[in-house]
This record gives sequence, C-alpha cells and structure tokens, in this order.
Amino acid sequence: MQPGTLSKALKSGAIWGFIVLELIFFSVAGEYFSLSDKAFMDFENMLLLLKQSAPIGIIAMGMTIIMVNGNIDLSVGATFAIAAIVLLDSMTWPIFAGLGDWVIPVAWLLALLVGTLLGALNGLIVWKTGVDAFIVTLGSMLGFRGIVFMFNGENPTSHLNWTLVDFAEAEFLGLATASWFLLIVTLVIWFLMTKTVHGRNAYAIGDNREAAVNAGIRVGPHMMINFAIIGFLAALSAVVFYSESGSVNPNDGQLYELWVITAVVLGGTKITGGAGSVIGTFGGVIAIQLLRKGLGHIGADTSTVNLVIGLILIAVLFLDRQLNIKGKEELKV
Amino acid sequence: MTDAKPVLHLEDIVKTFPGVRALDGVSFAVMPGEVHALMGENGAGKSTLMKVLGGIHQPDGGDIFVGDDKVTMAGPLEAKAKGIVFIHQELSLAEELSVAENIYLGELPRKSLGRVDWAKLADQTNAILKKLNVGFDARTRVGDLSIANQQMVEIARALTVDAKAVIFDEPTASLTDAEKVVLFDVIADLQADGVGIIYISHRMEEIFKITDRISILRDGQYQGTVVTADTDEESVTQMMIGRKLDLSRNASHHEIGDIALQVRGLSCGKLYQDVNFEVRRGEVVGFYGLVGAGRTEIAETLFGLRDPSAGQILLDGEEVRIHSPADAIARGISLVPEDRKGQGLVLGMNCRDNMTLPQVEDLKTGPFVAEGAEIAIFDQYRDRLDIRTPGWKQKVGNLSGGNQQKIVIGKWLSMHPSVLIVDEPTRGIDVGSKSEIHKLLRELAAQGYAVMVISSEMPEVLHVSDRIVAMYSGKVMRTFTSEEVTEDSLIQAISGLGDNQAA
Amino acid sequence: MATMTKQQIGSILAKQGILIAFAVFMIAFTLANAKFLSVDNLFSVVRSSAILGVMALGVTFVVISGNLDLSVGSMMSFSTIVVLDLHDKIGPMLAIPAMFGMTLCLGAFIGFLVGYLRLNSLIVTLGMLSAIHGLTLTYSGGQNMDIADKEGTWFSIFGQGSALGIPVPILIFIAVAAILGLLLAKTPFGRKVYAVGGNGTAATFSGIRRARTVFTCYLISAGCVATAGLIQASRSLGSQNTVGQGLELEVLAAVILGGASLLGGSGTIFKTVIGVLILGFIQNGLLLVGLQFYVQFVVTWVIIILAVWLDIAAKRGKLWSTIA
Repeated sequence: MQPGTLSKALKSGAIWGFIVLELIFFSVAGEYFSLSDKAFMDFENMLLLLKQSAPIGIIAMGMTIIMVNGNIDLSVGATFAIAAIVLLDSMTWPIFAGLGDWVIPVAWLLALLVGTLLGALNGLIVWKTGVDAFIVTLGSMLGFRGIVFMFNGENPTSHLNWTLVDFAEAEFLGLATASWFLLIVTLVIWFLMTKTVHGRNAYAIGDNREAAVNAGIRVGPHMMINFAIIGFLAALSAVVFYSESGSVNPNDGQLYELWVITAVVLGGTKITGGAGSVIGTFGGVIAIQLLRKGLGHIGADTSTVNLVIGLILIAVLFLDRQLNIKGKEELKV
Repeated sequence: MTDAKPVLHLEDIVKTFPGVRALDGVSFAVMPGEVHALMGENGAGKSTLMKVLGGIHQPDGGDIFVGDDKVTMAGPLEAKAKGIVFIHQELSLAEELSVAENIYLGELPRKSLGRVDWAKLADQTNAILKKLNVGFDARTRVGDLSIANQQMVEIARALTVDAKAVIFDEPTASLTDAEKVVLFDVIADLQADGVGIIYISHRMEEIFKITDRISILRDGQYQGTVVTADTDEESVTQMMIGRKLDLSRNASHHEIGDIALQVRGLSCGKLYQDVNFEVRRGEVVGFYGLVGAGRTEIAETLFGLRDPSAGQILLDGEEVRIHSPADAIARGISLVPEDRKGQGLVLGMNCRDNMTLPQVEDLKTGPFVAEGAEIAIFDQYRDRLDIRTPGWKQKVGNLSGGNQQKIVIGKWLSMHPSVLIVDEPTRGIDVGSKSEIHKLLRELAAQGYAVMVISSEMPEVLHVSDRIVAMYSGKVMRTFTSEEVTEDSLIQAISGLGDNQAA
Repeated sequence: MATMTKQQIGSILAKQGILIAFAVFMIAFTLANAKFLSVDNLFSVVRSSAILGVMALGVTFVVISGNLDLSVGSMMSFSTIVVLDLHDKIGPMLAIPAMFGMTLCLGAFIGFLVGYLRLNSLIVTLGMLSAIHGLTLTYSGGQNMDIADKEGTWFSIFGQGSALGIPVPILIFIAVAAILGLLLAKTPFGRKVYAVGGNGTAATFSGIRRARTVFTCYLISAGCVATAGLIQASRSLGSQNTVGQGLELEVLAAVILGGASLLGGSGTIFKTVIGVLILGFIQNGLLLVGLQFYVQFVVTWVIIILAVWLDIAAKRGKLWSTIA
C-alpha cells in the first residue's frame, strides 16, 4: 500500500464520520437538553433539514468547481441578492403585465440570466486582467451589493405570487421543491466534475496551472465558464428561496460566502485547488445545517452556532495539516 | 541515413533579449532515427533554443523546418500537433489526477455531452504504458508515484502522438540505473520507428552511449556538430567551454588549524546515515556525489533546518544542538543554500537589505536600523566580490545569476562565520564568475575559515578542495586528500563502487 | 508610432493611475460642490475614516507578511461591546486596558494558528470572523450595549473630543500611522516583515524566526482593532453587536487600493493611508453631490479592480492578460 492511503481514506470519509458523530451527539444530548419532546433524528426533521440546506447547498456546488479550479468567489451572497430582487421586481414590471402567471417562468429566466451574466463578468475580469479572483470578487461583492441598493434603497422588495408560493411549497415524492433542486444540482455538478472534459480540465488547472497551459488547455475560458456556473447557481438558489418567501431585504445573502466556503472546505476541497469532490461538499453542507439545527435543538442560540462553526473550520484545517505532515525528517521552513 | 531528409531542421536561428544575444545563428538538423545530443554549459542557450522550438519564444531571425515545410510555432500545442514533442526536465504533472488524464492532458477523448471517454482513454494509456514496461496502470494517481515513475508518465506523453521529433531535456536527472535502462530502451524503440531524438544532457557517459551526433552551443553561438563515434569527451568539453576542461587539483595548501566542525555518527532517518567527518580551520572540504546522495541534507541539518535522528555535532570540540537557523548563525555557521532564488534571496528586496538580512537585528542605532552601517557593509562586499549593480537600491531580482550568487555569498561572509557551508556555489552562473568564486573560496580558507563545499561538478570539487568526501545514497563512501584523488576513484566512490574496488 | 504613444500612456497610467484617479475625483467633486474642499469637510472625511484607517494600518502589516486578516470586522465589534460593557462595571480606567488585553488575546490566538501552526490565513480568519461574532453575541447576550451616564463620562474624549482644534480620532489616526510607519520602514522588525512576506523560505534561511514575525503582525493588527473599537465606542457611547460587520472587506479594499500585494512583501503605511483617504473622499464626495451611500460600493469596485489591474500591467508591460 502506498503511504498516505490511510490519511486519504480518513480524509474522504471524515465528513461522513463527522455527520454521524453530530447525529449521535445531538440525539443523546437532545434527551437531556431539548425543549421539545421530539427526537432529533425524526424523519420529518431530516427532510426539513435537507430543504433548509438548499440555498447554501446549491451555491456550494458552484463554489466547489471554483475552488477546485484554484479560484474563490466572495461575491455569491451579493449575486444571490441581485437575482432575488430581479425575480420579485420583474414580476411587477408593466411590460410583463399581460402575461398572467406566465410571468413566473419569465421572471425565473431573467433572474437566472442576470446571475449567470454577473458570474461571467467576474470570470471575464479574472481572465482578461489577470487580477487574482480573490480581489476581483472582493470588489464585485461590494459592487453587486451597491447595485442591490440601487433598486429600492434600503427598503425591502416584496412581491407575493401565490402560484409561485404553491409551487415552492409543493412536495414531490415526499421531498420539497427546494430539496429536489439541491439534489438535481448536486447530481449535475457531480456529473460535470467527474465525467466531462471540462470538469477534468478544471481539476488539472487547479492542480498545476502551468502544466495545463503547456498542454494547451485554455485556462481563461474555463475559469470564465466556472464563474458563470456559480453565478447561475447563486441565482438559482435565490429563485428557489424567494419563490417561497416573496420578500427580499437589500442585506440578504450577506455572509453567504462564508457559509458556502465553510461547507466546501469542510467537505475536503483543497484551498489551493486541484482536489475536492461534490459529494464531499454535499456532506459539508449537511454537516453545517445539522450543526445549526442540532444546536438549536439542544437550546443553544445563534451565537453558539457562529462560534462552533468558526472553530470547527479551524479544527478541520488543523487536522488536515497534521495528516499531511511527512514526519520528523521534514525540512523546517 | 545520408539520403534521408532531416525530420527537423533549424537554420540560422537568432533570438535577442534586451541587452543579450541569447541565440546567434544556430543551425542544426535532426535525421530520422537519429539520437542527436545538444550540449552546452548552463546559459549557453539550450533552453532558449528549445523555447523557440516549442513556440514559447518567437525567433528574431532564421527558419524552422519540419520535414520539408517551413513552420512558425505559435505554442507548445502547435509544436506537438506538428510532431515535435518535449519531455521536460521539470515535471509538469497534475498530481491529483490519474496517470491517463495526465498523459492526455488537454486532449482527453470525448464522447457526447462533452463526456470523457474513459474506456478509450484507459485502453490507449495502457497500450502506451505497456510499451514503457512500467509497474502502474492508467488509473493510478500521479501523486502516489515515485519521482522516477512520474518521469515515465512525462515520457509517455511523447508517445501519444505520431511524433517526428522528441526532445528529452535532462531526462535521467532523477532516474536510477535500472530506470535509465528502460528509458534507453524507449529511446531505441523511437529510433527504430524513424523518430528523430534531441537529447539534452550534461552526462558525458550517457551521451557517448546512446547518441549518434553531438551539436554544441557556447554563449548562444553554434559551435558545430560532430559525429559521436569520431570524438571524445575531451574535445567535446573543449568545444563547450572554449578551452580544455581544467581538471587540475588544488595544489596550494594553507596552514591547517584546529578542528572547527566535527560530525560523529550523524543520521537523519532515511536521508543519510552514520556520517562522520571534520573540517579544520583553513581547510576546504568538498562534498561530491550524485543528486540525492544526502549532501544538502547534511548541510541543512548543520544549519538547524532538520533534526538529526542520531549522532553528534561538535563545534570547536564542544557538542551543540542546533534547533534553528537562528541558532546556527549565533554559533557562527553560515549556509549559502542550493536554491539561490528560492532559499537565498528575497527577489523583491533591494541588494543592501538582502545582504544584511541575517544581522539586521544587530545593526541598530536606537530602535532603528542603522542604514549607514548597512550601506558600509554592502559597499565593502560589493567591492570585495566585484558585484556589478547600479547601486544598493537595485532589486536583486533584476541582477544576473552570477551577481545574485555573489550577493548571497556576501550576505554570509559579512556574518564572519567560523564555518562556511556553500551548496552548489556556481550552479547556473557564467564561466567568469565561476572562477572568481573558486578563487574566493580558496582565499577564505587562507584567512582561516573552515569551508564546506557541496558540488555536483567534479572540476569544481577537484579545484577548490583540500579534502574530498565522496557520498553515495546517504553514506560517506570515502574521504580523499587532494593528493590521492583521481577522477576514476572519485567516480567509483560516488557510484557506490568505491568499497568493493578497494577491497 | 501610434503604438509607442499608446504604450507610454499605458505605462504612465499604470504607474500613477491611482493618484491620477484621486486627483480627477477631487477636482470633479470640488467643481460639483464647493463645500468639498472646505477645511470642515476635510476634517469630517478624515475623522469618519479614522476607524477604518486605524484598522487598515494593522492589516497592512499582516498583508505585507503574506497573510490575510478577515476577522478584523467582527473583532472590532467585540472590542466595542466589551469596552462599553466594562465601562459601567469597572470604570473606564480599567475597562480600556482590559479590552485591549482581551482583543490582543484574540490576535495572539490567530497569530499562533497562522504563524506557528502554519494554517491557511484566509480560512483561519474566515473561521475567526464567525467565531468572534459568536463570542460577541454570547458576551452581550445579543443585546445592544449602552453606557448609562452618557453625559458624565470622560470616555467620550477618544471619539468626540478635540485638541488644538483637531478632532481626537484624527490625532489618534496620525499618531498610530506615524508609529507603525516608522516601525515598518525603519526598524529591524519591519525589515523582517517584508522578508517573510517576500520569500518566507529565504527569510528562514537567513535566520529570521518566521513564525514569531507573523505572530507579531497579528498582534499589531489586533492592537489596531482595539484602538478602532475604542474610538467607535467613545464616539457612539452605545453599540450594536454588528457594528464592525463587513468592515474587514473595506479595510482590505483600502490596503489593496494603497498598492499592497496580497502575495506579500510589498506595500507601505503611507500608501495605505492614501488608500483609506481615497475611499473616504469618494464616499464623502458622492454624498455631497447628492448620490446615495451605496453608489460608493460600485465606484469602489471599479476603482479596486482598475488599481490592481494597472499595477499588474505595469509589472507585466501590457494590459491584456496572456492566460490562454
């Protein structure tokens, strides 16, 4: 057996082990601390958990490609908010007045289109200017948020369309619409990353960019496509979420990038790119949502959730490093 | 072969960079089925020539012909499409991906929906791997392979296209003897298929074993092509450096003082074991061996960058434990490291700041750095080492390799160490600077420094050392004095044959 | 020949772009509103930039050492809440050093993780952003924090007072900038920060204790955050738990705008001050000409990318990237 096989197996299984640990912990602790009589591992509860994971989860799938590709996207929260506003606002636009409920698919398409374009814009800037993705998306995080405020100042944008709400609250085969979206997106992105040439090239670029360039892989267009994908997914996440809620605040989606990146890193994606899996990210998303729900279940408030998630993120990083240490012979630099 | 047309033909290639004429009228031709060596010292223009051939640089003059067609290369991919394939010295592999994906990087076979055709990919890859006779398959993750096997993956890339010419750049640098045999078989196979091979290497014995002709570059100028069978190492060397190779040994001895550094039974895991030697004041001890013999690792241990697993280090007869470079410096040890740009210099900093970096804490007036004292130190070593720079404000990254190396040497001389360790002091710098640095090392010994020189170049070791420690695979094979050493005995010792021969 | 001139223009733009942009903005705003260049307005810009500015000074050290600090925003909320809470409990004389001590502990923790354990600073400080936010909420119980006797405390001097006709926040900003500027540019420690950020391996090979240097940078950053929290608390004498939220990115924007490279090894305190002032003047100018505060977000976005792009282009010799 090659050295490092064990640590790799540990790493790829770690997130699922962690989820099991959480389940056991909250079930047991729930017996003592829980305010409700319901068991934590209740089936209904788990279905709800899947549904609540959807907004972060859908974006996290896109972030997995971006990070495997060796980039990062800090602007997803702002893109999410813009898409939400476009979705709700466009349904009230006079030009669509005659469409009746057919305005819904139009608004959806519009929101998705805007998200995709904003993502592609980030990608284009990264590609053509050579500025690091961190800085580009840091800038557009501010810029996109500015655009959000331009719609309606500091006031919320609301529009409730009952057909839309019915659709969003519908269940199919026992799963909520949002859950279906999460599962489908996960499947599609998994297919993209493991089965297609584009996905494999994304790994190659993140792993060894120079080698990829030398092999004639067009790095720039690949990055731009990936940014367009994450833009699309941020918009899709907004579409799924706001179809149900019907009201968006200009500050919505803030700190989403933090949650998303946490989920992706928890799921085992390498921060420097080249390694990571969609399945791992799915585990990361579930683990975070489980933690939020579980802490709520045993009576802890949001402050504890923030504290625990931050520390877990750091702990994961620490463990990862410990597993990669080569031993005492290593050069101490 | 005389009737055949060359597969690849370069004519009068000129390439200039600001201030430098990197290639000046280089012409040579590679015949089908020929192994054509390209030789020259570091900086002679080999790598520039290969970059021109690969389309990374465009030539300022001259023509490239592939078969009968005059071509311009727009990039490595176009070169490959035309049948010109490069096997790079530095591995350019994606470690997380499989062997197959690396071999077909950028050219994965497609199915509908942009899917990768895994079955086809595995078949094609395994066919190639079978030819190479390696012990791994298409699905193996590249990061799990040894360096030598990774090199094989790199070589396998050449076999994916219908290659007309394959360029090997120092392919054996990290291969064991057994692996070399496999590589030479691969080359022979390619040769039999009528592929032209350009073989770049410094290793004379390989050149004379497998090549048909040798073309030589010196300072960007084409020196001529010779038939390997009609020439010998000495004349090739002479063409490369413009004069005879100076294999003279160090003759002058200084007064040898006390033992400054003594190492007893020093081991560091698998890197090296049970190493014993001592260095006296006024003495230069050369460490000679192949890459990976453990010489650099010993230096790093002495400098506090590795923890030894056993053994003792004695400075002036007193046992010491060195935990960090700061410790080592405090005890009067200096290390001029192997990798000038990675370990020796902060390229974005100016010359003065780089030079005074290890002692900046001690150069203070009040709480501030004493810039006057710094400039004085810089001026002193600039004059002493003849460093050519417009001024101390110049960024080190803008200097030539030789001047950069002198900055590193100056940095450590200014610490007035009692033990000076230099690792590959003349790698990648021009002939003139080389002999200056050799002279300097001798002078330092004369002034009473204890000097350790690690080098992979035999002339260098012979030239500067009072004694030579020969290492092979983590062990000291033998220690020679400069009087008793001969080239043959030295080569035998570093190949692991020394003991048997002596016994 | 046309290409020649184009190149020359490009190189001038690239080297002085940020100052040119600054000048253009200043002139445009002055023309648009005469009040813009008045002493009162200039003071008010610098004063309102002081909190962001002091934090940016500390982050400059972290960035030059080759790391990031995304936790300064939530750390500033923490300092503000803590000092306001302790003000009524143990009095300002003790509250201030206690708050500094606690904030420095947080900085030391991050410094330990990034410096000694060598963990990725982006992820560590991202985690700390969340963790410290949680810590603040736990500390305050989610309640806003207010000083009971707002009239009768001398504590307001740091945010609201003035000396020699100059507001105290400005004086603090100038003093911290001067001290840190000297520390970075003139002392052995500053030299080590540049070396560690420029090439950490080479710095280690030169006997510099890399971990200790990085650790100290995070301590400095935490010290600046505590100072900013002090000004914030003193100015408002009451605060929400989220007062610093999002500031980490504005701070980073100012540092990048000043020309520090995220790869480490370059940047100066002076340039960061310029970056802070540019952000402050844009914000102020846009408000004066009657635009909403959020327009500055969009303008900042464009300016940051242009600034970094021009900087890269100047080093590379051309604007358009060659990434295939």
